[in-house]
Amino acid sequence: MTLGPGSAPASVDALQQALAEEQYIAERALAVPIYLALRLKRPLFLEGEAGVGKTEVAKALAAALHTSLIRLQCYEGLDVSHAVYEWNYPRQLLEIRLLETTPDLDRTAVARELFTETFLIKRPLLRALEETGDRPPVLLIDEIDRADEEFEGYLLEFLSDFQVTIPELGTIRASQPPVVVVTSNRTREVHDALKRRCVYSWIPYPDFEKELTIVTSKVPGASARLAREVTAFVQELRTADLYKSAGISETLDWAAALVALDREVLDADVIEETLGLLLKNQEDIDSVRGERIQTLLARAMDLAAR
Amino acid sequence: MTALVTNLLLFGRVLRAAGLQVHHGRLVDAIRALEWTGVGSRNDVRAVLRALLVHRHDDLAIFDEAFDLFFRAHGSSELNLPLFSLGERARVVAKREAGVPPRVEVEDIAGGTSSAAAFAVGAYSPVEVSRSKDFGEFTAGELEAARRLLLRMPWDPGLRRTRRWERATQGPIDLRRILRRNVMRGGALVDLPRRVRREAPRPIVVLADVSGSMDRYSRVLLYFACGLARSAGHVESFLFATRLTRVTRRVAAPGGHRAVTRLVRELQDWGGGTRIGEALRTFNTTWARRVMRHGPVVLIVSDGWDRGDPALLDRELARVRRSCARLIWLNPLLGSARYEPLTRGMQMALQHVDDFLPVHNLTSVERLATHLRRLPQGRHGTHRHV
Repeated sequence: MTLGPGSAPASVDALQQALAEEQYIAERALAVPIYLALRLKRPLFLEGEAGVGKTEVAKALAAALHTSLIRLQCYEGLDVSHAVYEWNYPRQLLEIRLLETTPDLDRTAVARELFTETFLIKRPLLRALEETGDRPPVLLIDEIDRADEEFEGYLLEFLSDFQVTIPELGTIRASQPPVVVVTSNRTREVHDALKRRCVYSWIPYPDFEKELTIVTSKVPGASARLAREVTAFVQELRTADLYKSAGISETLDWAAALVALDREVLDADVIEETLGLLLKNQEDIDSVRGERIQTLLARAMDLAAR
Repeated sequence: MTALVTNLLLFGRVLRAAGLQVHHGRLVDAIRALEWTGVGSRNDVRAVLRALLVHRHDDLAIFDEAFDLFFRAHGSSELNLPLFSLGERARVVAKREAGVPPRVEVEDIAGGTSSAAAFAVGAYSPVEVSRSKDFGEFTAGELEAARRLLLRMPWDPGLRRTRRWERATQGPIDLRRILRRNVMRGGALVDLPRRVRREAPRPIVVLADVSGSMDRYSRVLLYFACGLARSAGHVESFLFATRLTRVTRRVAAPGGHRAVTRLVRELQDWGGGTRIGEALRTFNTTWARRVMRHGPVVLIVSDGWDRGDPALLDRELARVRRSCARLIWLNPLLGSARYEPLTRGMQMALQHVDDFLPVHNLTSVERLATHLRRLPQGRHGTHRHV
């Protein structure tokens, strides 16, 4: 355990080490923003192509800080009743039916009782405020670019006050503000007002060395040679003109698949057979198949041998 | 430490001069942050300032440029240099390299040799324009009148249904609100609140061909695109000839017609042949993910003279069609009664487009407006206008 319970990391190095223990390799350019977000107590805004490991940052951070991870997946139409709270109406109705059989019903008492925490369904944002562990939780707001602008506006307010007002219950305030990680695939520009409140970091695709480290640590079954070749091939593949490049998770899936097939080295045939694990777009697969695989493989072998 | 603070404030000014939005609050954060991380490592200082002073991916390149220039030239702790020259240098370099448009624009009214100068003046023109005259035969005066008409033309791209609900007096019953409202009344159903999907303007993507063969029409069609962008809300605009460039922000800029005039003037540099397939490929790989959300109506404005690979055009056009709600091809040549879409490119395109419409005079633009307003809500609705 590198980090003491509840304590923010003492330095960027300590943070890097703690993340490394959770098998997350954060280079300096990423570790510094994370460290600053923790020290300044501001949300961390991670932007980058799909599959570069943005969500992993939040998971690794929660593990490194020994705290829980609360995740809110965004989608178009996401509203308060799915992000913050909702009353459990069926239960309330049931309760009313039960109470109706009780003689001497005190009406005001019933109304009071129906709107208590027992009947409240807490959604991620409210849960993040109410978390009562000795450490603040990590709140992951995933793929904010999928939510609509209205929700962004709400989030802006939430992130500045860390409080939620429920008309029937009153205002709920965080005893300790959560560590917030916001991610975006940049399918649209998120409003500047929101980003300005955050510590911003752009995560690029990893370079050869970094991706190799990730492959070796996450797919221990792969031989050193296979790991190098797989990584080199994916790196070359990313330079090809494709609709959708392969992300880190695709690299890992592919490496694991090759291990399952007992492959020690890469060749054009096995790439052809397993290409569907790397590229998820029929046009991309068609355009790479055949001759282009040979060229990419030749370049990858050069890179792996270096 | 004071030298560091002075340096940081100065660096903030350099960034602002280069077009970044840097807030004082963030600079204060940066000073605090550098106390924690120290200033020993250049890379750490860069990472700290990057995380706190930049909040847009587009700005990262400018930031790096400015950072290198600023901190290479005089180290991070010493300060004895001509301040303003420094700011100037960063501004010039960052701008030229990152392609940021210059901040100060001097309208070139007198010096213009081309007829573009006539537009820059924007003076009142009493010329009446015929609604049926071909754009390609417009005189300078008529062009000016058409510009003013097109830039002010009201557009209504129709609505798309969003995933968000809103209260309504008709529509499906809103179960959630029924319960919430009626729980207080002992669970009896007193009123029946209803809800409907909220509607929002349908997004539009314009891809306009400004190659040599479109020369006679490009200028007017650019005015058309600008008018559309200003009036319809969610409009993404691209120009292409042999390459593709996004001009959304420049076209939709509210500040008068300066941006348009500049674009028109730059049209000369475009010219050349068209490679529609390659332009669409760039669009599909680089931009589609960001601008094709929510099923837009895609307007491709081109005469279909394609010098690229027809198979590529076929593939890319099919892909555009799959990710939009309606694909409309606007061809200025279609206005001529003798025109037949015989070019390979046009033949290919006709298999994919939903509508093939003329855009050669003001009447055809008005018809397009009516057509857009009446588009069915679903994707690729049934009736075709070919």
